[in-house]
Amino acid sequence: MTPNPYLWIVPILPLAGAAINGFFGRQSSKRAITLIALFFCGSAFAMALFLAAGFSSASAPYYYDLAHWLRSGSFQVDFSFYLDQLSLVMLLVVTGVGFLIHIYSVGYMWDDDGYYRFMSYLNLFMFFMLTLVLAKNYLVMFIGWEGVGLASYLLIGYWFTKDSAAAAGKKAFIVNRIGDFGFLIALFLMIKHFGSLDFTRVFAAVQSLPTETVGVGLLTAIGLLLMVGAAGKSAQIPLYVWLPDAMEGPTPVSALIHAATMVTAGVYMVARSHMIFDRAPTALTVVAIVGTLTALFAATIGIAQTDIKKVLAYSTVSQLGYMFMACGVGAFSAGIFHLMTHAFFKGLLFLAAGSVIHGVGGEQDMRKMGGLRVYMPWTFMTMGIATLAIAGIPPFAGFWSKDEILWKAANASWVYWVIGVTTAFITSFYMFRLMYMTFGGEYRGAPVEAAHGHDVHAHDNHGHGDPHESPWVMLGPLVVLAFLSVVGGFVGYGNHFEHFLAPVFQQGADVVAQEASSSAEKITEYLLMGVSISVAGLGWLLAYLLYSRRPQLPARIAAALGGLYQAVAHKYYIDELYNVLFVKPLIDGSTTILWHGLDQGGIDAAVNDSATAARHVSDNLRHMQSGNLRSYAGWVAAGAAVVIAYMVWMGVR
Amino acid sequence: MVPLSCYLMLSGILFVCGVLGFLIKRNIITIFMSIEVMLNGVNLSFVAFAAHWHSLSGQVFVFFVMVVAAAEAAVGLAIIIAVYRTRETLNVDQVNLLKL
Repeated sequence: MTPNPYLWIVPILPLAGAAINGFFGRQSSKRAITLIALFFCGSAFAMALFLAAGFSSASAPYYYDLAHWLRSGSFQVDFSFYLDQLSLVMLLVVTGVGFLIHIYSVGYMWDDDGYYRFMSYLNLFMFFMLTLVLAKNYLVMFIGWEGVGLASYLLIGYWFTKDSAAAAGKKAFIVNRIGDFGFLIALFLMIKHFGSLDFTRVFAAVQSLPTETVGVGLLTAIGLLLMVGAAGKSAQIPLYVWLPDAMEGPTPVSALIHAATMVTAGVYMVARSHMIFDRAPTALTVVAIVGTLTALFAATIGIAQTDIKKVLAYSTVSQLGYMFMACGVGAFSAGIFHLMTHAFFKGLLFLAAGSVIHGVGGEQDMRKMGGLRVYMPWTFMTMGIATLAIAGIPPFAGFWSKDEILWKAANASWVYWVIGVTTAFITSFYMFRLMYMTFGGEYRGAPVEAAHGHDVHAHDNHGHGDPHESPWVMLGPLVVLAFLSVVGGFVGYGNHFEHFLAPVFQQGADVVAQEASSSAEKITEYLLMGVSISVAGLGWLLAYLLYSRRPQLPARIAAALGGLYQAVAHKYYIDELYNVLFVKPLIDGSTTILWHGLDQGGIDAAVNDSATAARHVSDNLRHMQSGNLRSYAGWVAAGAAVVIAYMVWMGVR
Repeated sequence: MVPLSCYLMLSGILFVCGVLGFLIKRNIITIFMSIEVMLNGVNLSFVAFAAHWHSLSGQVFVFFVMVVAAAEAAVGLAIIIAVYRTRETLNVDQVNLLKL
């Protein structure tokens, strides 16, 4: 443990940017807003690079106690930060991808009236995400956890005058509350049984406990509750429903928060708590099952979506499922590896989708796109690279991480592997379907109105009604991310990435046992790799046949499948099911029992009735004050008589 | 010797007469006289007790009451004259300017 006084500066920088833009942005010029937002986000990235440059495995982990916070007897919580190999990876991903998306947002959001607000929120999100990543104890992590939820809510509902955006923001916030409830209870359990929330102290306490192989106990309970929290934040079954709706937010938000960083917080949290999960195999199995099912389930929904961002949203849910599957089989470093490559290629996919939406004038329906490769060559090329990466075609980034996960899953159980490979096939299919529908064939949309206005960044080809390529401020990040999507996977070559993270997960995956794998195992590994590559190729081929060679065929297949296709297209009616099961009973119960019954019938009635009673009593008492002198005298006499009678009676007794 | 109870009964009867007169009569002067009757009823009980217990304090009290009653009569009659001059009536039910 080495103190490092620079740690706290990283999150504070974006907070300063958010504050300046939030308080003074309304009066500032857009140029100044851009400068501040990019400067503070970029300096956070520079700071992260500086920390990475000074990082050495020998002196890791680093920590820094910024200030005391809670002092309650033996229970202490500080504002303290922590940097080990795991947080370093997250730190670089968050600041790096975050900075790129900030740059992109300048182009994408320039003409929006709330530009300063948007930039301020983005910086605020960076602050909370970095707090989450750099926390040294669960409570500071929880601040970041809730904070990114807030930023997510603000940004999903950024266009709050649109009903659907406001509702989507609320949905995200409420569904996340369910997960946070589990997380909180896990924290309470830790406080009660370990007396601390500090990572080092909690894990030291956990280490002294036996592995809960038979039956379930404290660690299993904590693990499952943490998983509830992770399922909320990282959109796993059954709490994934908010993420597709979150696409109501501006596209850079979808890229940054709902693909690259925030939604991976759950994976990071599970990996961070690997000590607990290692000793709770039941909880770990649940993580694996939830992840595997989510991966398959979300991928199948992705097939039938027509909104370009919805496809990517379900793809994100599915890929997050992969990460949880990796964590669930104990391959935490594989999960984090996929987290990193996913941040590159999914961030890129969303940004490219944003560029497409920008180029065709706000249209998101893929059926009204097509042929865009001619109009937007750069977007087409970068998005193509990202698609190859996510589909798992070597040597792109996604191949390395996905193959790592599948190999680890195959070691745990062939069921995970089969589902994983099936998902890989579906992933490849729907991603290439997206590519062919968007960029292939002829342009099917209406002419782009010149009125959608990006005149500030006006291009030569502007205004003649054709889709147009985005400005360079948007294409730049695409190119950088495309480069990362190509080479990002090579850090996993020869298990470098795993070795790098090994000090964090040394009690987790059996790195040593893996290395000693025999040549027979090597053959199996290459065999499985071959299978996953060929299913990716098959998915591509199928998409090519259906959406490029015979574009009429999908509609006929859909008609032939009938109900099944309808179910998939309607997301298996899960939203409707939740509505009937949870939302409606809650609303009805609140209306009849809590509102009409308790609030109006009990509390309001008590207040109103006592007021009415007081008025009636005073109405009656008013008649005493008649203004008639003799009646006053009568009252005095009567009162005196009562007093005398009382005294006489007391005297007699 | 007349027993104490007779004095007290007379005192009570006087007091009740005063109260009833106060309550029933409308003329201010009659009401004023009723008050005097009440005061003197009380005075009678004071002196009766004083004689009974051979204590001077009761008689001293009576002097106090008489002095206060005299002062009160002086002020009260002045007020009554002032009221009659302005209102031209002595009926208390018509002297109700303060009533809303």
